[in-house]
Amino acid sequence: MTDPILEFENVDIRYRTEKGNDVYAVNDASFSIDRHDYFGLVGESGCGKSTIADAIVGGLDSNGEVTSGTIRYKGEEIQDYSESEFNENVRWKEISVIPQSSMNSLDPVMKLSNQAVEMAKYHTDLTETEAVDRLRELFEVVGLSESRIHDYPHQFSGGMQQRAIIAFALYLRPSLIIADEPTTALDVIMQDQIIDYINGLKDEWDISMLMITHDISVVFENCDSMAVMHGGQVAETGSVVDVYDRPRHPYAILLQNAFPDVRFPDRELAVIDGHPPQLRDEVDFCTFADRCPWAQPECREGAPDAQAVAGDDDHQAWCIRADEMEELAAEHLEPNADEESILEGQE
Amino acid sequence: MSANDPVLELRSVDKHFQTTSSFVETVKERVFGEGPKLVRAVDDLDMTLEQNQVQGVIGESGCGKTTLLRTVMGLYDPSGGDIRFQGQSTSEFDKSDWKEFRRKVQIVFQDPFNSLDPKFSVRRTIAEPLEIHDIDYERSDIEEMLEKVGLTPASQYIQQFPNQLSGGEKQRVAIARALITDPEVILADEPSSMLDVSTQASILNLLNDLTNEFGVSMIYISHDLSTVSYVCDEINVMYLGRIVEKAETRKLLSDPKHPYTKALIQSIPIPDPHHARERATIGGEPGDPIDMPEGCRFKTRCPERMDVCDQKPRDVDPDGDGERTVACHLYYDHEATAGQVDEPAGEHTPETPT
Repeated sequence: MTDPILEFENVDIRYRTEKGNDVYAVNDASFSIDRHDYFGLVGESGCGKSTIADAIVGGLDSNGEVTSGTIRYKGEEIQDYSESEFNENVRWKEISVIPQSSMNSLDPVMKLSNQAVEMAKYHTDLTETEAVDRLRELFEVVGLSESRIHDYPHQFSGGMQQRAIIAFALYLRPSLIIADEPTTALDVIMQDQIIDYINGLKDEWDISMLMITHDISVVFENCDSMAVMHGGQVAETGSVVDVYDRPRHPYAILLQNAFPDVRFPDRELAVIDGHPPQLRDEVDFCTFADRCPWAQPECREGAPDAQAVAGDDDHQAWCIRADEMEELAAEHLEPNADEESILEGQE
Repeated sequence: MSANDPVLELRSVDKHFQTTSSFVETVKERVFGEGPKLVRAVDDLDMTLEQNQVQGVIGESGCGKTTLLRTVMGLYDPSGGDIRFQGQSTSEFDKSDWKEFRRKVQIVFQDPFNSLDPKFSVRRTIAEPLEIHDIDYERSDIEEMLEKVGLTPASQYIQQFPNQLSGGEKQRVAIARALITDPEVILADEPSSMLDVSTQASILNLLNDLTNEFGVSMIYISHDLSTVSYVCDEINVMYLGRIVEKAETRKLLSDPKHPYTKALIQSIPIPDPHHARERATIGGEPGDPIDMPEGCRFKTRCPERMDVCDQKPRDVDPDGDGERTVACHLYYDHEATAGQVDEPAGEHTPETPT
């Protein structure tokens, strides 16, 4: 971990409510994203992954707050930045966001070229012509026809809008892009193309990416490292290969086996019973304990500390039994030794 | 109904919608003698659902999957063709036949968050179809059904309201509601797509077990090939209103023939960082369903495009074993079959190229 662009260290994020029963959305979250790395953040809905994205760009709802821990961007602490500091130093120029629903993120009554001009007006000293020219270049990068930059968003299909959003995210040449479920609303073929473009950016644009998704296969295919979240806690973090080959948190293990793999239609899918807790109290326990087949009484007595996984660099699991997992979860860790992919031979 | 009839049979079913809405357009059409523009949402579609079989239908959004499901349910009148339920055509149904049909054909919707009445308890939700169809029941019948769909202990769930249930539990209630009338056919419209992965797996496993245990047949609609393969016996690939390929699940996945099926399969991300996947080469998105190209509808995106694709492809059976049909010009010899009336497979109605 030589040159991190973004570091989370023991971050707690809390949403205050009027009645005083606050929501402890993120608890003791630590991970870091290296420069030029694509980092995947996976977890089910409500696990706090979008809250993390919001916190990075200072976009938490007004009742949300980073209550402790540090968020460092290029070495500088940004968790206590004011609105204007975020606007001046972080948003768009350094960190841009590809939001989940592209259909709702473009101004419907403004031509795309004018939206670019507007952005250039606030953040750069480009002239109008230069601003439009830059958008034209970017349209080419994301595979949209240049002739359509004067269109309105409604003239674009869902996949094209998503590409336009990617073009805008690149507009001010940021160093980090946060992609929050960038392809969830799209069909498989379109999803594949968009991800392919996103992947292409890595080399050409010298960019790091935080990709937030519930789709673990997208992370395994496209990211360099990843974190798995459950119930407001980071469960495991490491390089995708390490997490795939040697998962050490029970949730990471079961999640992998719950995911359908088109190569093995006969495989029994793992089922994770129950659901994550409501997080209405101080989280001083492992939030996965109630769903975990290997839970011990101690799991409910204190939040787990990070355990380094022996033999791997920067691979940590927040489970008190991480060392024993290889043995305990043996049946889940080697399910497909004699299975054969049914897709073999067709490619 | 004779014993050999399939449960449900669709024979060249069409569902077209008219696009005209304004007065001016209607007048223009009358004056210039053009017909109204049609959205051919479902076009000349054949499907046979045997006893205890699960048929999957997959395709991109806008390909007509949901229209197909609604037409089968009787929410839309088909514009052409025939839907036969247990050997009887639905066009001959009278009111009591429809009621019986609605008891025997049940639906599970995509979105469990909106398909349950928020003011109905679980007991009332599941009892409602029984009351509508005048079926006697006891509380224990409902509890038994809850246990079967994995909501245990049933005595605890039976008095809960939807807002007390998680997404997966809601979908289980919806499945219990569909099964309580002892149906012959379940129509499932992406029942797991709104759920988290951990719950999705349990719903897929549940559907799998239930079709075996209750002996129901199912039409399962989805855009996600990787989940379809866990549930379905046969997969129909739909593109802009037509079925372009149909085969047994494994056969379709391991040896796809139609260029569109190949692209769909190649586009599925594989949850394995060691696996180097070849990405599909096709571009773009499905065309406009109003001005559809003549002939093969996939030709505008097809990497194998030929001149002959301007004609409508026939359903052929490239393996010659009756287990697959594919509508693609690549798989038959046009000169040898010119003028020939019967299909090589013998089982499907012929479509002479237009």
